[in-house]
Amino acid sequence: MRHLATALAALYAGLLYLFIFLPVVVLVLFSFQDGTLPVPPLNGLTLRWYEAVFSDGKLMAALGNSLAVAVVSSAIACLLGFLAAYAFARYTLPASALLRGLIVAPMTVSTLIIGLGLLSVLNLTGLRLSLVTVGIGHVVINLPLCFAIIYASMGGHQVNIERAARDLGARDWQVMLLVTAPMLLPSILAAFFLSVTFSWDEFIVAFLLSRFDVTLPVEIWSMLRSGLDPRTNAIGSVVFLISVAFLIVMELAVFRKTGKSS
Amino acid sequence: MTADVSIRNATKVFGAFRALDDVSLDIAAGEFIVLLGPSGCGKTTLLSILGGFVEPTSGTIAIGGRDMTHVSPAKRPTTTMFQDYALFPHMCLRDNVGFGLRMRGMARAERHEKAFSYLDLVGLRASSAKKPHELSGGQRQRVALARALAVDPDVLLLDEPLGALDLKLRRQMQDELKAIQKRVGTTFVHVTHDQEEAMAIADRIVVMNKGRIEDVGTPASIYMRPRSLFSAGFMGEVNFLPAKMRGTAANEAEVETALGRVALPASAFVSGVPAAGRDVTLCIRPEHFRGAGASVPTVSLGRGRITGSAFFGTHHRCHVAADGTVLTAHLPQTDNPEVGTELDLRLKADSIVVLQDGAGV
Repeated sequence: MRHLATALAALYAGLLYLFIFLPVVVLVLFSFQDGTLPVPPLNGLTLRWYEAVFSDGKLMAALGNSLAVAVVSSAIACLLGFLAAYAFARYTLPASALLRGLIVAPMTVSTLIIGLGLLSVLNLTGLRLSLVTVGIGHVVINLPLCFAIIYASMGGHQVNIERAARDLGARDWQVMLLVTAPMLLPSILAAFFLSVTFSWDEFIVAFLLSRFDVTLPVEIWSMLRSGLDPRTNAIGSVVFLISVAFLIVMELAVFRKTGKSS
Repeated sequence: MTADVSIRNATKVFGAFRALDDVSLDIAAGEFIVLLGPSGCGKTTLLSILGGFVEPTSGTIAIGGRDMTHVSPAKRPTTTMFQDYALFPHMCLRDNVGFGLRMRGMARAERHEKAFSYLDLVGLRASSAKKPHELSGGQRQRVALARALAVDPDVLLLDEPLGALDLKLRRQMQDELKAIQKRVGTTFVHVTHDQEEAMAIADRIVVMNKGRIEDVGTPASIYMRPRSLFSAGFMGEVNFLPAKMRGTAANEAEVETALGRVALPASAFVSGVPAAGRDVTLCIRPEHFRGAGASVPTVSLGRGRITGSAFFGTHHRCHVAADGTVLTAHLPQTDNPEVGTELDLRLKADSIVVLQDGAGV
């Protein structure tokens, strides 16, 4: 009886993981398809679709654009999130809870709405659509996340440490730069890498706010419009691989740090 | 470096709560002062006002003759050693100790040199590359001390720095703190609620209660000649015996207690001999119920019966009942007090202190 229960539980767990990972496994598997259709049966393995992807100038340019937008917008979102979190955690502000809620609120709004809103605002300001506007959009989307992560890690136990720094002659910016930010580095890095992975495969805002230079998800989407092609599987696998790489870097950077500090 | 501190009529009000109520205190340069009192007595508020973290509602603070009332912590010649040490977790000990010097723009090599010398002072030079989390509580404590002293403050403020240490380590650190203070000569203002710690390290103790100073003096004078009931009760054990003034003579006064009439020398009255008929309180330390030889003037409170006894190592602590009053007496460790036996309640006349009810400083 007990064995049966264990077996059923194992089966359930197996099915769950299969459900989650099957699409990715299929995607990666058929990126090696020797043939022009990325559907079963598997005719044989080849790397020619990867070769095609890596020699495609437009795709590679889009990949570079995506990386640049992800890194720069995440850095800005982290900086702004950190400053806001510092202000809320260290000073008594009027209507603090309401203002904090307002910063985090955009997380609940769909990116489509945010994208459309930004589009009208940009039209009003006359700012041309470009990678810069995509970056602005990603800062808007990721700022609440960065703020929430960093704010959550600012505890009262750091207040005395900052006070000690001030007592020893540090100015406010020195306290933030030399004491607070290094103390919060694990959560700042977590916010940064999470923000990078979100920006990396964000489609709607990137699609709405870009024109000539586009990010990778937008480029893949325009590829898909001309039909299924093992190239899309290959570039999809590359996107997946890079996302995983970001996550691994985050794990190493963040959890090794927090594991060590006391 | 060192400087004197002068606190004039300092008051701090938080909403409806008077954390500090018209406190004035002069501290000499190079003195080791301990602010002693229960939690909420205002001692930490006073320390924060000295450090510049809290501005007094009214009153002034001067350090080395210069007015510091509205000067920020960074610009004061003070540094604070925090209760939780507040070390920078991401910096090695050398950088922790050198932080204040770095803020003062000292060049790297010189700064490291000085940091090493202060780590040397607290015996941690060999660990200079370690991070704070690799240290024990006592070691962190020493680093915090080195960091605070490295910037040559005139006054070092210590906020219950030994509170988190176990008893044995605390005793050891008390000795070290005192030795280091004598060596560097800096004025130390130390906050604690532990009266033994206060006696172990202080040149002078300031006893505080409800935002006011109850008593100021050397450990011996506060213990032997307390100037308020609170001060007497907070510094060690004491028996309070209510009494009424009867007659006064030239060098003597007679008081009426529940244990009979007693004649006391005028010197027992710390704040002057009150008029006849006034209510007073006799303060009697438990250990004074012994060693009253025949050669000195003694006072007798009659006889009492031992109702309970416990051995404390240095003494036997006994409860003694006499005429409806229960007293605590400490008897020599070599005695063998048994419950039920009678005790002669005799003590040296000059060991009793008489305070007027409600008397402050």
